[in-house]
Amino acid sequence: MIPRHLLIGVAALLALVVSMGIYLRQMRQQAGQLESPAANALPVAPPASGPTETVTLYVADDAAGVLRPRSAQIPLPGGRQQRAEQLLRTLLRIYQQPGAAHPLAPAADIRSIYLVDPGAAVIDLNAAFADQHRSGILSEQLTVNSLVETLAVNVPGIQRVNILVEGKTRDTLAGHADLTETFDVTTVEQAGNQ
Amino acid sequence: MPSTTTNKILAILLASVTLLSAAPAADEKHMSVYSPVAIYTLPVLDREGHEYVGLLELLEPLGRVRTESQGRRWRLRYNAVDAEFVAGKTRARIRGRDFDFVAPFLIENSRGLVPLSSLTGFLPRFLGAPVTFRESARRLFVGDVGIQISFLLDASNPPRLALNFSAPVNPTISTEPGKLRMVFKRDPVVSPGSQSISFDNKVITHASYSENNGDAELDVAANEPLMASFSNDRRTIVVSAVQPVTTPNVAGQQNPTQAPPAAANTASGNVNVHRLLAVVDPAHGGDERGAALTDKLAEKDVTLGFARLLRHELEIRGFAVALLRDGDSSLTLDQRAAAANVARAGIYISLHAVSQGRGARVYTALLPMEGTSKGVFHAWNVAQAPVLPVSRIVSAAIFAEMQKREFPVQASSASLRPLNNVFMPAVAVELAPGADGVADLTSANYQQRAASAIADAVVSVRDRLGVQP
Repeated sequence: MIPRHLLIGVAALLALVVSMGIYLRQMRQQAGQLESPAANALPVAPPASGPTETVTLYVADDAAGVLRPRSAQIPLPGGRQQRAEQLLRTLLRIYQQPGAAHPLAPAADIRSIYLVDPGAAVIDLNAAFADQHRSGILSEQLTVNSLVETLAVNVPGIQRVNILVEGKTRDTLAGHADLTETFDVTTVEQAGNQ
Repeated sequence: MPSTTTNKILAILLASVTLLSAAPAADEKHMSVYSPVAIYTLPVLDREGHEYVGLLELLEPLGRVRTESQGRRWRLRYNAVDAEFVAGKTRARIRGRDFDFVAPFLIENSRGLVPLSSLTGFLPRFLGAPVTFRESARRLFVGDVGIQISFLLDASNPPRLALNFSAPVNPTISTEPGKLRMVFKRDPVVSPGSQSISFDNKVITHASYSENNGDAELDVAANEPLMASFSNDRRTIVVSAVQPVTTPNVAGQQNPTQAPPAAANTASGNVNVHRLLAVVDPAHGGDERGAALTDKLAEKDVTLGFARLLRHELEIRGFAVALLRDGDSSLTLDQRAAAANVARAGIYISLHAVSQGRGARVYTALLPMEGTSKGVFHAWNVAQAPVLPVSRIVSAAIFAEMQKREFPVQASSASLRPLNNVFMPAVAVELAPGADGVADLTSANYQQRAASAIADAVVSVRDRLGVQP
């Protein structure tokens, strides 16, 4: 004969296990509802096709020692940051074509661009961009000016730009152009107009 | 109302007293410790007529330390060495043996303090290595870490004094009339044997060595302004005279950067005149090779040859010229700027070379947006700002002079250090190949054409130089 108090204890434990199971199921359902909508709605990469926009790229010409404005029709995502990254990657592809007037290494890339209000942009280059860049004052300065001006003209509100390499401050791009300071867009534009 | 005024005055007085008491005293005592594993300074406290230092702070950078305090007893374990001290007692037990301090051991805020005078006695028991303590200067050497100095005077004109060190050094260098002072705060420099060394030279007369409050100081005395430059991986400091033109009566009376332009080329005339100093900086050097112009030719080698030619061209036009390096030595950008600023040069010219393009490019500073100047103090990263208009005049003059000689040239701005950091007119000139390609970069004739154009341009604007912010 099983004692009465033992039966009551076992029944209470069973009831507790069942109620815990129900509670756990409800919690999982709530967590699933929280995860799904917003995260899935964001684009993970800029569109490869779709409606295009006309942008102005400032393309360096080493021989002439100047930046030349060039119009381009490219598909651009809506977000400012994605738009900035797509712009500079388009610019890079021009420099990576054979016979480019301002050649950059095929492995050169933009890791990311951070837009920090009010008016600041941080361009994070990959290591290959800097390590394989031609060394020389003119060549390095044209690269910097090209990135800064292209960004400032096409992404409204950017007034100053910092350039990092692999997420870190680097003294120079390739031995000359100083990357430790902030580039003032107006100053860079004025220098380009000299 | 009077009570409000009184309250304000009291508040200002109180704030002043608070600030003054919080500010570190300029003559705060400290000691320097030099060891193979760490170099550091520690505050020194005056207690009961003796100088004390915290034992934990002294040993912590050198090994594993654990302390335990129990009433007046203070126990310390350094690596595998045990020691026990008692507050107020001169006797301690270290490594199983008694040791008598010259003054009582003290405990303040759980910190154990030991008298400086006893360091040489008990420290070897902890460290297992000999220590040398120069008590009057408060400099402690653990093991054989001292840096030796030797002097070599080149009595040519202008004279140069090479200070050779047995290891790289990084002193703070300053100048004052008749003296160049090097203070070694973190270098275990030791006395050269004699505290004062005389040189048989009319310009650089003697050097003196002294130690005080944890620092070593080396002063070079001269009858003319001096400047210093580093070479040999910071193992050599070359002190050279920035020599004025010899005029019988006036040596040292006139700032060399403020010579009247009309008198500049009349060294033989009966005019009181000093030559304007041009600092020429061959970029890169040492391990920092600059651009690889060919498989074998580095930018640093071209800039040095070009700089020597430019020095000659400027000298024959009446300038005093200082090369920031005259060999394959490395200098940081800050050192280059500091050397030019300390020399209070009238113009700074940085030289570069590149294998692409044609002719020459002339650059002035592209100043960053941050950094402000307040009164006589200038932010380091925008020190060039006040004289940038003059720098642009120099750049335009070089551009015009090169064009006149049909030497291809471009001019623009660049974010190129140390142009931003010098407070005299400053330009950078990048030499690119001519019609014969990269071979031109090592051609004396090609470099001569460029150097001559730069020198003529500098002469043409010399009345604008020597502007100090």
